[in-house]
Amino acid sequence: MTGMAVTVHLPSMLRELADGAAEVTASGETLGELLDDIATRHPTLERRLRDESGVLRRYVNFYVDGEECRRIGGVRAPVGRSTEVMVIPSVAGG
Amino acid sequence: MSLPPLVEPATELTKEEVARYSRHLIIPDVGVEGQKRLKNAKVLVIGAGGLGSPALLYLAAAGVGTLGVIDFDVVDESNLQRQIIHGQSDVGRPKSESAKASVAEVNPFVDVVLHTEQLTSDNALDIFRGYDLILDGTDNFATRYLVNDAAVILGMPYVWGSIFRFEGQVSVFWEDAPNGKGLNYRDLYPEPPPPGMVPSCAEGGVLGVLCASIGSIMVNEAIKLITGIGEPLLGRLISYDALEMRYREVKIRKDPETPTITELIDYDTFCGVVSADASDAAAGHTITPAELKGKFDAAEDFELIDVREPHEYDIVNIKGAKLIPKDRILSGEALAELPQGKPIVLHCKTGGRSAEALAALHKAGFSDATHLGGGVVGWANEIDPSLPTY
Repeated sequence: MTGMAVTVHLPSMLRELADGAAEVTASGETLGELLDDIATRHPTLERRLRDESGVLRRYVNFYVDGEECRRIGGVRAPVGRSTEVMVIPSVAGG
Repeated sequence: MSLPPLVEPATELTKEEVARYSRHLIIPDVGVEGQKRLKNAKVLVIGAGGLGSPALLYLAAAGVGTLGVIDFDVVDESNLQRQIIHGQSDVGRPKSESAKASVAEVNPFVDVVLHTEQLTSDNALDIFRGYDLILDGTDNFATRYLVNDAAVILGMPYVWGSIFRFEGQVSVFWEDAPNGKGLNYRDLYPEPPPPGMVPSCAEGGVLGVLCASIGSIMVNEAIKLITGIGEPLLGRLISYDALEMRYREVKIRKDPETPTITELIDYDTFCGVVSADASDAAAGHTITPAELKGKFDAAEDFELIDVREPHEYDIVNIKGAKLIPKDRILSGEALAELPQGKPIVLHCKTGGRSAEALAALHKAGFSDATHLGGGVVGWANEIDPSLPTY
């Protein structure tokens, strides 16, 4: 894994799993590598984003510069230096 | 690019209506024709709660001629922090009636149609058919997937909004959009989270004014669709963070894997909604896939019972599981087939139905029976990735 630092924006629902941070910085060339990196520091957060077999959970969406990651390779979606990754979970409150 | 107007204009505006709507009429993009379209529009608001309250008030003030309200709940004091269509004197009153009275006060030219029954797979299509557009401001996943699927089947557009604490999401879904860029809620979120994974506003709280922030965007989109002006939110999701005071926009695209929706299903089952009895039974009597594997590995003497339907068993099953569909257990019919003096582990697809069956087993005296949290899907994900999931 190379040291490309990428900002991952978290919804408030998941921030308590990242010590309250709205954003975490992670390194990697792909979304999967970013999540691997996040898992080393915030394992509970990573488990809410991927299941036990490393598959992205279907009720949490990842957007790489505004583009939904399932369209661009899922965990293999490439991320670059200027990328912002947004995590948007399914919520049903009304 | 705007979409064609959803509603044909009414034949005329009365003198009183011209006076009332003058600030709309002098906006060239709305004008008399746009106001006549609003007058002719029939909009159904699902839930007269956090989002429905501001939405109904602004739709009424804007001159939407017919407003349907679906709500079977009564006003509670804890609603008043955000549900501004209701007041102190409405506590204990049906929300639909309270909403109707408030709308009449805001705009007596609006016809309000009340639907006081719970929206179900049996009545959704009949109710929706009477409207041009739907606003979905409900508070649970089961109703949201029901609204989506019914709208898809009828080819209707709807405006979707959802809130939690300081954050809201809003978009427009319309599978049959005339611009060919149609999509639906399942393209955004193919599956609901497992029950208990995502807290509701009742469990996690919501900032009252957030309802207005998201509700007003929903009404804005409704007006645009009805009158055919502006750039609709179709294909875009707005995510709003009130603490950062930032709106973020992401694209929603048609997901080729989204199954074609042809009929309404049991949405409580789809969303894994379980009864209070089932959740009580499951408390302290739920094992993980890893614990189940441990039982197999240790060659423990126990009976694994799959409570799904035969066609699901055919798709995927856990080796050694005996199939006894849930309904046969709930009816008592299958109790005699259960082993005595041997621990029983139940499982289903994701853990909802097995929890219901577990409650029945506990009542029938099988007090040490347990069920598999996450079901066969959890087993496939965690223990045996070679198994298919569905």
